[in-house]
Amino acid sequence: MRVNFTVNGRPQEADDVWEGESLLYVLRERLGLPGSKNACEQGECGSCTVRLDGVPVCSCLVAAGQVEGREVVTVEGLAEYARQRACGTDACGMSHVTRDTSKNWQPKPPSDSHTGEGTELSPIQQAFIDAGAVQCGFCTPGLLVAADEMLEHNPNPTDADIREALSGNLCRCTGYEKIMDAVRLAAARQGEAV
Amino acid sequence: MDFLRPASWEEALAAKAEHPTAVPIAGGTDVMVEINFDHRRPEYLLDLNRIGDLYEWETGEESVRLGASVPYTRIMENLRAELPGLALASHTVASPQIRNRGGVGGNLGTASPAGDAHPALLAAGAEVEAESVRGTRLIPIDDFYTGVKRNALAPDELIRAVHVQKADGPQQYSKVGTRNAMVIAVCAFGLALHPETRTVRTGIGSAAPTPVRAKVAEDFLNAALDEGGFWDNGKIITPSVAKQFADLCAAACNPIDDVRGTASYRRHAVGVMARRTLTWTWESYRGTTLQKGSVA
Repeated sequence: MRVNFTVNGRPQEADDVWEGESLLYVLRERLGLPGSKNACEQGECGSCTVRLDGVPVCSCLVAAGQVEGREVVTVEGLAEYARQRACGTDACGMSHVTRDTSKNWQPKPPSDSHTGEGTELSPIQQAFIDAGAVQCGFCTPGLLVAADEMLEHNPNPTDADIREALSGNLCRCTGYEKIMDAVRLAAARQGEAV
Repeated sequence: MDFLRPASWEEALAAKAEHPTAVPIAGGTDVMVEINFDHRRPEYLLDLNRIGDLYEWETGEESVRLGASVPYTRIMENLRAELPGLALASHTVASPQIRNRGGVGGNLGTASPAGDAHPALLAAGAEVEAESVRGTRLIPIDDFYTGVKRNALAPDELIRAVHVQKADGPQQYSKVGTRNAMVIAVCAFGLALHPETRTVRTGIGSAAPTPVRAKVAEDFLNAALDEGGFWDNGKIITPSVAKQFADLCAAACNPIDDVRGTASYRRHAVGVMARRTLTWTWESYRGTTLQKGSVA
C-alpha cells in the first residue's frame, strides 16, 4: 500500500509498504531517515521515539498505515522544529515546501560527521554534547526527542520530572547521570534565553 | 494482510462484521509487538485511529463513559477525580510513549491477566460497551474476562467504550515490579471504598488466569466494617480484620510460577498490597471523606 504523510515538515510518500510494517521501518528503510533507532521492536527501549502529531510515541509500535495524513517529527528534524518553536509559528519564514522540493531534498552534509560541527543543532542536542551525555549514541535520538518534548511543556523540570519523562528510554552506557546533566543544562539555557 | 481504515464507527462495525477475523489496532502497543516478532500474521488489520469518537469521554451522573482509545495519558491528566483508581493504574503503564498511545479498550481487547487497567475497573465497577452491526450491549466487568487473554466479545463486536462508576470514596492501586517504569505487573491490586453502599470492592491482576475480584475477602470486610460500625465511627480498622482481609485476598489468587515471579510470591504480595491499599484508602476516608460530612 501507499502511505502519504508529513515528516519533518515535508510531505512524503512511501510506496509498496507492507500492511504490517511499522512507522519505524518506513522512516529508516524507505525514507532514508535512520536517526530513529531500531532496537527492541516492542516499545521497551524508546530508541525509536518520534513525535506523531506532536506526541512522543514509539515508532516501532505505530503501524505505517496509521500515519496516513499525519505529521511526524524525527530526530533529523529536531533542530528545525526547535528553531520554529523558538521564533513562534511561521514567524521565521518557513518556506513553502512542495512534494517536488521534498523529493529533491538532501540532508546537508555535515562538515564533521563525528562532532556534528558545522551543522545546526537544537538546544537539547547541543546540551547533550556539552554535558557529555552521548556515549555509544544508540539511545540518543530517542532521548533527544523525549527530552525536547518535555522541555516544551515543562520548562523548569524537577529531577523527578526528568526521570519520569525519560523513563521510557533505556541507556546502557551512561548510567543516566550525564543525561540528567544535559537536560538540566538545556532547561537552564532555555530559562536564560527567555 | 489487508489494512482496513474505516473513517467512522459505523464503517468499523461493518468491516468487523464482514471480516470477523480482523484484528483491531488502536494504540498498537500490543498488536504491533506481535507483528514485529512474527507471532501473529492477521489477515486483516482494522485501524481505529481515524475514529475520533473513541478518543472522547463523557462524565455522567453515575459513571464516566470512557472511549475505548482514550490514551492513558489523558486519563491521568483529566480523570483523576472521577476515576482515581484507574488514573493511578494508568500511571503505572509502561512509559510516557506507551501511555500516549495505549488505552483501556486495548487492555480489555487483549484481556491479559497482567493488564494494568483491570484491577482498577473491577474495584470501581464497570461495564464494557460492546457493539456490532447487530446492536449494542453492556457487559458487566465481572463477566468480561473469560480466560487467559480471552474475553466475552463476539467475533463481530468491537469495544466502543467502558462505563466506569465514578468514585464515591477513596481508591487505591498497587503494582509489584522490578522498577517503576516499563514493567509488566508481577501482580497488582486495586481497591475501592464505596461509602454510599458501604461496600469495598477489589481487583487482582496477574495472579490468576484472568483478572479477578477477591469476593470472599470483600464479603468478610463488608460484614466486619458493618458490625463494628466503622463506616460511621471512622475508627482505625482492627489489625486482625485487616490481616484476615489480606489473607482472604491472597487466597483468592490462583497464580502460576513464571519468569516474573513464583506463585507463592504472588500470593504473598497480593496479601501485602491488600492490607496496604486498605490502610491507605481507609486513612483517606477517615481523614477527608468522613470529616467533610459527605457521608451520613
